[in-house]
Parts: sequence; C-alpha cells; structure tokens
Amino acid sequence: MSWLTQLFSRRQRYSELSEEIQAHLDEKIEESVAEGMSREEASHLARREFGNVGLTEESSREVWRWPSVEDSLMDVSYGVRTLRHNPVFTAVGLLTIAVGIGANAAVFSVVNSVLLKPLNYPKAEELVALHQTAPGAAGLADFENGLLLSPSMYFTYAEQNRTFQSLGVWVTGTANVTGLAEPEQVRTVYVSDGLLQALGTRPEVGRWFSAAEQIPRGPETVTLSYGYWQRRFGGDRAVIGRNLTMESRPREIIGVMPQGFRFVDTDFDVIVPLAFDRGKLILAGFGFHGIARLKPGTTIAEANADIARMLPIWMDSWSNGPGTNQHIYETWKITPMIRPLKQEAIGNVGELLWVVMGTIGVVMLIACANVANLMLVRVEARQQELTVRAALGAGWGRIVRGLLVESVMLGLMGGVIGVGLAYASVRFLVTTGPANLPRLGEISIDARALGFALVLSVLSGLLFGLLPALKYAVPRTSLALRSAGRTISVSRERHRARNLLVVGQVAMAFVLLVSAGLMIRTFEALRAVEPGFTDAQHLQLMRISIPDSLIQEPERVTRIQHGILDKLAAIPGVKSAGFVSEMPMEGFDSAWDEIFAEDKVYSADSIAPLRLYKYVSPGFMQTAGTRLVAGREMTWSEVYALRPVVMISENLAREMWGTPSAAIGKHLREFSNMPWHEVIGVVQDVREKGVQERAPEMVYWPPLMRDGFAPAVRTVTFAMRSDRAGTEGFLDEVRQAVWSVNSNLPLASVRTMQAVYGKSLARTSFTLVMLGIAGAMALTLGIIGIYGVISYTVSQRQREIGIRLALGAQGGDLLQMVLRQGAKLALVGVAIGVCAAFELTRLMRNLLFGVTAYDPLTFAAVAVLLVLVALLACYIPSRRAMLVDPIVALRYE
Amino acid sequence: MKKAAQRDLFPGALEMMILRMLKRQPLHGYALVQYIKRTSRDLLQIEEGSLYPALQRLLKAELVKAEWGVSSTNRRVRIYKLTAAGAKHLEREVSSFERMLEGITRVLAVGES
Repeated sequence: MSWLTQLFSRRQRYSELSEEIQAHLDEKIEESVAEGMSREEASHLARREFGNVGLTEESSREVWRWPSVEDSLMDVSYGVRTLRHNPVFTAVGLLTIAVGIGANAAVFSVVNSVLLKPLNYPKAEELVALHQTAPGAAGLADFENGLLLSPSMYFTYAEQNRTFQSLGVWVTGTANVTGLAEPEQVRTVYVSDGLLQALGTRPEVGRWFSAAEQIPRGPETVTLSYGYWQRRFGGDRAVIGRNLTMESRPREIIGVMPQGFRFVDTDFDVIVPLAFDRGKLILAGFGFHGIARLKPGTTIAEANADIARMLPIWMDSWSNGPGTNQHIYETWKITPMIRPLKQEAIGNVGELLWVVMGTIGVVMLIACANVANLMLVRVEARQQELTVRAALGAGWGRIVRGLLVESVMLGLMGGVIGVGLAYASVRFLVTTGPANLPRLGEISIDARALGFALVLSVLSGLLFGLLPALKYAVPRTSLALRSAGRTISVSRERHRARNLLVVGQVAMAFVLLVSAGLMIRTFEALRAVEPGFTDAQHLQLMRISIPDSLIQEPERVTRIQHGILDKLAAIPGVKSAGFVSEMPMEGFDSAWDEIFAEDKVYSADSIAPLRLYKYVSPGFMQTAGTRLVAGREMTWSEVYALRPVVMISENLAREMWGTPSAAIGKHLREFSNMPWHEVIGVVQDVREKGVQERAPEMVYWPPLMRDGFAPAVRTVTFAMRSDRAGTEGFLDEVRQAVWSVNSNLPLASVRTMQAVYGKSLARTSFTLVMLGIAGAMALTLGIIGIYGVISYTVSQRQREIGIRLALGAQGGDLLQMVLRQGAKLALVGVAIGVCAAFELTRLMRNLLFGVTAYDPLTFAAVAVLLVLVALLACYIPSRRAMLVDPIVALRYE
Repeated sequence: MKKAAQRDLFPGALEMMILRMLKRQPLHGYALVQYIKRTSRDLLQIEEGSLYPALQRLLKAELVKAEWGVSSTNRRVRIYKLTAAGAKHLEREVSSFERMLEGITRVLAVGES
C-alpha cells in the first residue's frame, strides 16, 4: 500500500479501530454481567482491565503515522490558535519582527546585488582591471585610479603579454550628435581593439568593431547602447548600416549592445573606436582605463609579474620624442596592482555596505530581544497551562517544541510581512538612491535574498523562543502551582532574564546611536569645509562642446564662447557668468602635466612635479565665488592678445614661493618651448576631487593660447550666478541665449552646482541616512523594551507596593524606587555599550571625516540621551505604581 | 520491585504470542486476549488495551490481515488471520526466542550445578 492511499484510508481505519475497541469492551461487560455482576461493576472492571482507552487508540493510530511531522503540525495548529487568541501580543510581535526582517532583507539585497553577485559579463571572474600605482609620480597617481595606461603601454601589454586572453583600454567622453532632433550631447565610451572582446558581451544586434575600424583613417563606425537605440531609434533593427552624425561627421552604426551592458559601472550612449595612430605614439599620455581577461587558471600575482616584466620593454620600445630620456619613468616606480574588475566597480562602497549591514543586523538582535521579552511575559502567564500539560503527561521536550514552533511561526509570519516591506524599500532605494552607489540598477530581491529572509525568520524565531522555552518548559509543578496563586512575591530569578535582555538592548542601541552620531558629526564637518566656491544652489551649470568639424579656427571658438557668455550675462537675474574646462567635483578626467617655474632648477633625469591644470575664462572665479587671495583675474583683451598670463592656487603659491603675494609676477610654463607665463592672480584652494579629499595644487591657464601648445579649449562648463538657477523658465532662456549664438550647439549636464556638490556628499549622506534609520529603530525598540519590563514589574509588584503604602511609604519614595530600577538597567547597558562601541566604531573609521571614532562628545551625548529616554520610559509605569490604592492591591487576589 | 508476574514483556513478545494464537485459528481481539490469558494460566498479566497497537503493527507489516465478521456471540467483530509472511515471521521469531531462552537458562543454571 502506498503511503498516499494509507494517508487517505486512515480516517476509516481509525473509526474501525474505535468500533473494534468498543465491541471488545461490550463483549467483556456482557460476559461479566452473564456471570452475575451488576452492569455498572462490569463496566468498571472492563475499563480497568482494558487500560486507558484514549491512550490505546492514540498509540494504535500512531502505528500508521509519521509521528514527528504530525506532532509538529499539531503544534503548528495549536500555535496558530494561541497566537490568534492574543491579538495584541501577536500584532506587536509581528510588527517588530516584520520591521526587523524587512530592513535586513532590504539591506541584504543591496549587499547581495552590489557586492556578492558577479558582474554582468560572461565568466566575469576572469576579468581584471589593469590597475597600477606610481608612488614617484606625485599628483598624477594620487587618486583612486592610480596611474592609468598610456596608449603605448596598451600596445606593449596587448602584444607582449603571456597571461591575458585579450586586453583593451577605454575612456569616457562626450560628443555632439546632430541631424536627429535637437542637437544633443551624448555620453561616449572610446574603446581600443580587444576591450569588447575581453568583456565578452556579444552585441544585441550587429557586430563588434573590426580591426580595420581600429586604425586611423579606417571606416568610421559607432555602436549604440540599448537605451540610446530605444530612445532615438525606437529599437529599430534596420538601424544597422545607417549613419549617425557625430561631431559633424557621419559614422556608420554597426551594432547595438544588449540591455544592461555597462562599462564597469559607467552608463553610456555610444561606443566609438579609439583608432590610435600607432606610429605617432609616445610613452606618455596616461589617461586610459585598462581591462583584461585572464587566461584560465592564471592568478593575479602571475599577471602582475607579467606586467612588471613588460614595463622595461615598454620603456625601450617608445620615447617621448628626440632628446628625451626614455628611462625617466623608472623614478615613478610604476608597479602593477591588478585587481578583480568587480572590485573596481564596487570601489570603496563595500566597506560602507558591510557597516550598514552590521548595524541593521544589530537592530534585528534588539528586535529579537524585545520579542523574547514579550514571550517571557506571556509564557509566564501560561505557566498554569504548561503545568497542566506537563501533569497530563507531556514531556518537556514536547512542550519546548510547542513553544519553539509558536515562536518560529511568529518569526515566519513576520518574515512574510518583512519581505513585503523589503520589496517596497528596495524599490524606493532604486528610484531615489544615491547616484554614486555602484550597480544601483541591478539591485533587486532575488532568490538568495528571499532565502536570507527565510533563514533569518527561522533563526530569529528560534532565538527569541529559546529563552522562554528553556526557562519555563521544565515543569516545576509545585512552584508553578504556588506562584500562580500570586500569594508570594515574584522571585528574583524570574526578573533576571528580562533585565538581561533590557541591558543588552540598551547596550546595542548605544552602539548604533554612537555610529549614527559619528556620521552626523562627519556630515557636519564636511559641510563646514570651505569647498572653494560659494552658494552652490544659485550656480547654474551646463556643458557645451564646439567640435573642430563645426568650427575649425581656435580663436573663433573662444569668440563664440565669449559671445555665449555675453548673452548669458544679459539674461535677467544673471549676476555674472564664466566658463571653465571642468568644474570642481564634476568627475571628468582631469588633465595633469609637469609645470616648471622660471626661478627653479629642474634635473633632466627626473620628472618635475605634476600639477592639475584647467582653463578658465575671465570672470569665472568671481562667478564661482572662488576668492582671490592675491593679484587679479585675467581680462578678455589679454586673452585675445595671447598675453602669457596664468593664475595659480594658494597652496601652489605657498609651496613654490612661500606666500601668495610673493607668487605675483613669477613665471611658469608647461613645455620647454612654451613662453613663460606670468602669475597675475592667486586664488583660494578648491576641493577639486570632493570635500573629503585635500585640495590639489592648481594651475589656471587662459582659454586661448598660442597655436601648438594648447589652442582653444573646446569643451567647457559654463557657470552662471543667478537666483533663478535651476528653474524651467530660466533654463529656457539659457537655451535660447546659446542657440542665438549658434543653433548647432547642444547643452549637456545642465544642473546646479548644488547637484554636483550633493553628489560628492552622497556617500556620507547615504551612510548617515542608513545609520540614522538603524539608530532610530534601535532607540524606539529600546524604549519599548524598557517600558515593557518596568511596567510589567510594577504590575507584578502591585501587592508589594500596596503593602509598602499601607506601611506608610510615600508616593515619592515609590516613584524613586521604580525609577532607580530603570536607571540601573540603563546605566549598566550604557556602560557595556561604551566598551562595545570602542571596539566597533573602529570598523567605520574610513567613513569618518573630521572626527575620531572615539569622539567623546558623541559618546557623552548618546549616553545622556539614552539614560534620559530610559527614565522617561520608566516614568509612566512609576506613576501608576504611585497611584496604587493599598486596599485594592491587597485585595488583588 | 514489581512482582515477577507483572514484569513487562520484552518487545515483540506480545506480537509473537498473537501470531502463535492466530496460527491455530483466526480470532477477533477479545477472543485473542482471552485465549492468551487462559493459555498462560494468567501468569502473564496483559493489559487488554495493549493488544490493539500490537495488532495494528502486525497489520501494517502485513503479517496478519483482518476482515469483518460475526463472532460466536453474534457480534460484528474484526477477525484476524495469519498471512504467509506472518507464519514465516513467527517461525523465525520463535527459533530466535528459543535460542535466547536457552542461553539465559544456561547462564542462570551455572550457580546450581
């Protein structure tokens, strides 16, 4: 007989069994009656000799069952009944668990999607970023990117390596597209041969670039992103073979990349081949990101050794022009530091997410402590029931299991609601999340996150169920029967578990609040940093590029830019306007070079310090609010006259000549055959790379310089100071102003400086918000915990308080007594919390700015806050204790 | 200590006796108990109820089968019959029990000879 038919025929089998047993009893009774016994006596005898009918039926049925599962099912249905009969307890418990699991599932799905899931390429684990450091190249290799690759490096690595399947370089940029609708600036990624092959993602439509398209003067082609294809061509597959006019030149569309394809973490509109001119390359030009696919089985260490082997080959194979020292770069100590591509994509966000995950995990612990407390109270109220069950023969294992099943069910139900909450919050996060959170678009709740929520639900159910189960399931019949009568005061032991939980909660809440406090202090410190510009809210930005295919002559480019500035300045409400090659914190690839001073001596065998440089228009510093420390800004007549003038930053002036004013009148140049430029102005330091990074030394060249050095700068950010910045009407007027000068110019990156500034603070504000939420949850749960324990204690001590009152205790004394109990718990919790926080806040050291992980102010403030809140939570139940009527309390029975 | 007559049976003993009784003739529950009691001359105090779980176990193992019928006192009862498997099982059990009994007896006899 299969188990299935067994299952279904069971009901009949059971009723047959009952009938059979009944027949047995009847037969016995009748026999006895026939022997002359009274019917009543006979029935007693029959039952005595038969034994327990119920138990017999039970154990007969058990033969057919799968006892452990069926008992559990019974426990479950019993659990559901008890939960349903205590709606308030169930609701409070469910809500607490749901919020805890929801928060944890949401944060875990972020961690999972951002940190754990592989990148969206085939065999992504083979992909590496060709990262390298150059401790000798001060300035150039300071920042996150290390030393980027030069084109000649790319050729050397691509041709000479032994460890890569394929390798390529890429760089981002922008380009103007005309001829579709309005002129538009698109986000471009320039790729070398080998890059798409390394990434390995096939185009959705069309093909990869061919080698012929990767050489200068070859066919000019372009590949579209899925998004741009949908947006501009409505997803038309016939787009292959058509032309796209970029920078006023036609390029043939040869492919469309699939949806979701990105370069590491960069979104783009079009991909254009780099087409390096191999014959004209020099050693320098370190501006390209390298990506490679390792040969199967190759380690990163082997690849590093391979690159290290190729560096001398690179220096031998190329030069920086006649008369230059090829081995000058040895002083840079270039070292390969290849890392997995995923690490490159995630950047420094990993640490932050783990900190957030940890804090949310602590919130879950606090929530569990709260529910455990609730369970303790409830199990205590059920003592009599449990004792009766034990007396009727339930083993303590069975009772423990019953209690655990109940709490795990509570956990699971909370988990279901929690997953709903998590869905909502992940959606919210994806739509409003910080733009610089990598892989933001990939965040979703997948099977792994659901599994995590399930495991968490069960574990937390076990966690908060275990304490009450262990404490009360062991039958202590006499004790239970006695104290259930409430004639004795509650034993000290019964409070210990609850007090322990409250102390733990306060300690954990302390740690979380300190972390949140430290982030608030960090945020304040960041806000207090003078960024080098003022009133970002009212600084309107936009980016305009004038390609040489549109305007060839450098001076005309500058005149058009000047013309735009004049039109912009004429818009009502615009106080001033200027332009610059790149605003601070905009995150475009920066330009660095050696800068020489006339009155310094430089060794021919080393490279002069590298400085970040920009091109600025007259009036830009005033518009941005960058303070002049000495001298003056340049004028338009100087620009058009190609007068060799330059401005520098205050820290550069101090480094080279001691004081800002001493720098005025000194001379600088970039190339040996460039005229010396006179320093006419020194401006305050600007936090170019974000508020957290130190301000680099800067050189500001004029926008137009003599041919052969740096002709007109063609892509610039315009800045306007106006109270109307960011409003739609204002932006319309701005567009009209630009197009009245040249109608072929698209406006890109239209935003206020506040948006740029806010983005640079996004990491900190994201952390702040997350830790703030965790801290608030911890505080709320902590208050509820303390309140619950104190008010329960008070209600248990009504009788004792009544006696005290009857014996003449004053209300005030009682208030104090209860408050003292609460304060004691809070203080012990805070003391433990201080120790724990000393250890744990170290983990978030790297997220802090301008404040140490042991900031005494934060620690003190949080301690005071917690104790005050705890006292407040005790106050309400204390008041109740004070108002106890002794007569009522004594009659409480 | 319990009296010897009330000593619990070892696991499987009751089943063995049921099978033995059924080998002679098909019986219903009440009759089975009576037979066992009578045959053992009341040396074994069997709680009558304990028969039924044992019968269910035998049914499940398909060593016996049951059919509804009418008893000698004209009562609707379930009559149990030994199956072929049950007969084989009984043989095995009895021989292993006899070996065990012999072993125990020998050990117990040591002190007396």
